[in-house]
Amino acid sequence: MSLTAVEVKKIAHLARLAINEADTPKYVSELSTILDFVAQMDKVDTGSILPMAHPLDVTQRLRADEVTEPNQRELFQSIAPSVESGLYLVPQVIE
Amino acid sequence: MHNHTIAELAAGLKAKKFSSKEITEAFLKRIKELDNKLNSFITVCEEQAHKDAQIADAMLAKGNAKPLTGIPIAQKDIFCTQGIKTTCGSKILDNFIAPYDATTITHYKQAGAVLLGKTNMDEFAMGSSNENSFYGPVKNPWDLNRVPGGSSGGSAAAVAARLAPGATGTDTGGSIRQPAALCNLTGLKPTYGRVSRYGMIAFASSLDQGGPMARTAEDVAMMLGVMAGFDTKDSTSVDKPVPDYTATLNDSLAGIKIGLPKEFFNAGLDANIAKVIEAAIKEYEKLGATIHSISLPNCELSVPAYYVVAPAECSSNLARFDGVRYGFRCANPKDLEDLYKRSRGEGFGAEVKRRIMIGTYALSAGYYDAYYLKAQKIRRLISDDFRQAFSQVDFILGPTSPSTAFKIGEKSNDPIKMYLSDIYTIAANLAGLPGMSIPAGFVDGLPVGMQLLGNYFTEARLLNVAHGYQQVTDWHKKTPENF
Repeated sequence: MSLTAVEVKKIAHLARLAINEADTPKYVSELSTILDFVAQMDKVDTGSILPMAHPLDVTQRLRADEVTEPNQRELFQSIAPSVESGLYLVPQVIE
Repeated sequence: MHNHTIAELAAGLKAKKFSSKEITEAFLKRIKELDNKLNSFITVCEEQAHKDAQIADAMLAKGNAKPLTGIPIAQKDIFCTQGIKTTCGSKILDNFIAPYDATTITHYKQAGAVLLGKTNMDEFAMGSSNENSFYGPVKNPWDLNRVPGGSSGGSAAAVAARLAPGATGTDTGGSIRQPAALCNLTGLKPTYGRVSRYGMIAFASSLDQGGPMARTAEDVAMMLGVMAGFDTKDSTSVDKPVPDYTATLNDSLAGIKIGLPKEFFNAGLDANIAKVIEAAIKEYEKLGATIHSISLPNCELSVPAYYVVAPAECSSNLARFDGVRYGFRCANPKDLEDLYKRSRGEGFGAEVKRRIMIGTYALSAGYYDAYYLKAQKIRRLISDDFRQAFSQVDFILGPTSPSTAFKIGEKSNDPIKMYLSDIYTIAANLAGLPGMSIPAGFVDGLPVGMQLLGNYFTEARLLNVAHGYQQVTDWHKKTPENF
């Protein structure tokens, strides 16, 4: 499985990762090698096998619909990169 | 003081031979003097440690001490500690002061343990050598040119050098067991769901499990008793009572059935390591165990399946690091997309980026069935192999790692070579089974670990099997010369 530079750039975009143009060939080769490696899975016919999403076959536990968390906005925003009037600041999105 | 095990320190505290203050100061002093050689701590919590020791000494004086009261413990820097920097070994969390405690940290606090510091690790627990840390590699105290293993490499090096009597680790594909093996420690990865994952920064949620690392099975049993338990804050936590893991340590091993998977003793295993493991098997025979040959035919696919499942889950878990709510933000973002992309691109290291991209690809439209679904089906086959094996034997024994500690830089440019360091440990994570690594001997002066795997929730019996071996061998008592 060989990826192209275009595919690697698309994956990086989907993952919202900036990668340097100069590093692209390295990612192309490393990611292709890893995909080749995992392709060993194709040796086994898994047609009728049920996929296993979770090690213990349990159903998701639900809790009572009650408020359990206090409002800690100030504490949480004290570690944010940029905050004003209780809001997280990001570059302008809407013109 | 630093040569005592946790059990010995606890007995000394109870007998008032020394105080928690004295123990804590002794370990803080060793960290100050020796950690510049190892780089095993990211943050040393001197102030907090003194406070905790004071509280512990008061508990001891009042007579309401618990087994770990007053014992200094190093915490892997993946566990959130309220008011204390929690980095997960990453630049993206270099400025992150956790606003709450992980459940594991809460449990240690309630037990009266002392928080000694936060240990170095591979970034987001992704690695087998501790070379992927933003804070630099950790050195193995047995040979400073070699890696301590990873991802819990800081915890392993700190305990092996006796800068801490015990430390926590997390194990997604071997990250407790492999560094324990490479540093001559006893480490346990519990059954998935046994230890709460709340506040333990997520890498691959269906595989991650926290656990203890110390010098003896007895110490590990004491620590697991504190860490294990049901937690409503972790939706995959299992509601099962926690036994007293120390109560059954001395049970007889007569008649236990130990299985040796032929796939763990094939050509990929170093011949000298095989000899060490064979000697350990003989010890178990002397203790009354019967040895059986078994097969785990699909286990050779555990590393390929893991490198789909773990990256897929990590690409989703690590989406939360966006430069908006906490952590690193790039300078002068020109728009929101630039902010996301550069904060993540500059904040994450190379291995983390590789895994996020592999996971993103495996989950992307058109590739999901070929990669993620396929890997989940292989996961079922591996789990079925174990089910079959545990219908024949009580425990599975083999090497923890295919080699002893390798040189720093030896595998860092070859991801696949690095991934194969975990060839014997990953299957247990995919199946969710408990596993241990215990010291079994040396090759050329470097420690060799033996791995024991048990059926679901057999931690007490696993510890019993490890402890039995440690009563007739002294490998776990060996310590590195210069520490």
